[in-house]
Amino acid sequence: MSKPLLQVRGLTKRYGDRLACADVSFDLVPGEVLAIVGESGSGKSTLLSLIATELAPDSGTVSYRMRDGALRDLGTLSEAGRRALMRTEWGFVRQDATKGLRMAVSAGGNVGERLMGLGERHYGRIRAQAIDWLGRVEIDAGRVDDPPSQFSGGMRQRLQIARNLVTGPRLVLMDEPTSGLDVSVQARLLDLIRRLSAELGLAVIIVTHDLAVARLLSHRIAVMRAGRVIETGLTDRVLDDPEHAYTQLLVSSVLAA
Amino acid sequence: MTALLTFQDVAKSFTLHLRGGVVLPVVGDVSFTVEPGECVVLGGPSGAGKSSLLKMAYGNYRCDGGAILVRDGETIVDVVRADPRVMLGLRARVIAYVSQFLRVIPRVAALDVVEAAGREGGLDAGTARARAKDLLARLNLPERLWGLPPATFSGGEQQRVNIARGLIADRPLLLLDEPTASLDAQNRAVVADLVREKLRGGAGVLGIFHDSEMRDAVATRVVDVTHFAPRARAA
Repeated sequence: MSKPLLQVRGLTKRYGDRLACADVSFDLVPGEVLAIVGESGSGKSTLLSLIATELAPDSGTVSYRMRDGALRDLGTLSEAGRRALMRTEWGFVRQDATKGLRMAVSAGGNVGERLMGLGERHYGRIRAQAIDWLGRVEIDAGRVDDPPSQFSGGMRQRLQIARNLVTGPRLVLMDEPTSGLDVSVQARLLDLIRRLSAELGLAVIIVTHDLAVARLLSHRIAVMRAGRVIETGLTDRVLDDPEHAYTQLLVSSVLAA
Repeated sequence: MTALLTFQDVAKSFTLHLRGGVVLPVVGDVSFTVEPGECVVLGGPSGAGKSSLLKMAYGNYRCDGGAILVRDGETIVDVVRADPRVMLGLRARVIAYVSQFLRVIPRVAALDVVEAAGREGGLDAGTARARAKDLLARLNLPERLWGLPPATFSGGEQQRVNIARGLIADRPLLLLDEPTASLDAQNRAVVADLVREKLRGGAGVLGIFHDSEMRDAVATRVVDVTHFAPRARAA
């Protein structure tokens, strides 16, 4: 079995006396898709921010297997080292596309920017790769010079995915990537995420309140409530035969997951 | 041990926390095996726990006790205790599960759904494509439908896509839960042929078939699930 790419141990974060994230631990192996589900306020987005090192935990560690094979505690990396990692090896697809994209910069520029962050300077190659990735997320090459402010919600999410995947990341974090989209647009985006993550062997952590999304995309699931992971396991087993009372409530509250 | 699948003293109940923690016993003392080349059909009235047994073998339902041993080449894995990643590996290489219902991402074409299942089951892209076409043709799915997403298909058409998807790869253990419920006699006969081919290839089948014609065509043994009634709880 492959060694973990990401190792989370005892992550804890308080806001005043409220526990936003309580003693969360898990491993993620290459190619594995983990869904974190729960209602709003359950701490799932806080957990994602802690993993992305955008928030500092009160205690606990997030360790990542670097290209040299060594597992490094991200808390011990320099700010510049962490940022470099996020720009190249990691992707983060956000619920609000305006936070994950540069809205005034062209679509091609949004994708090319991550390549330039890797040191690519050849304009023709950057543009060609940007167009290639727009095609892979089903955005017409004719839109390469348009800014995402002129895009629909579904197109913005697809552009975010292109921007994140162009650098060949090994780990992608997704925060409610399909919420707020029309159902038909959602289906197309889910298909795209599933296909690309399988083709590229990406490890993915996807936060969602939508159990149907978790079922379609993830191998494993972690159910959060009040900052704690209360149930975890194989996605279909947790959804079809939930053990914990709260998971049973979540599953039974959905029309058809 | 040569069995592909062994149930050993397996018990299962559901605890309904939203109904005051009431416990619904499903089965108890379940013990039987499925050997290579064997098609074991589960018999008994509906509600006896037949589908639950298949779901337990697939790791989809938890068990209260006992062991469900699945042969994976030279090793034996206990599904009841297997880590999720081990279970996913078993599903990719060893266990195929075909239910009555097709559950897929809405937008994907039927042929791609079947081909993807082949690749997930370890076939190379070319073989997966060729087998997907062959299976859909044998199952009489009109070729004009192959490029369309199955969401708009009839129940019987969806079921044939589902069967093709379940049988395309060379997995040695097949769990079939009424895969022919919505099919006409002609297509049921095709499925019976496909199942017999798998059995001749050394696969083992654990299945549920309400249709007696289908059952007679493939069953090598019937296991009566009413024998596995859960033990009465002490009052």
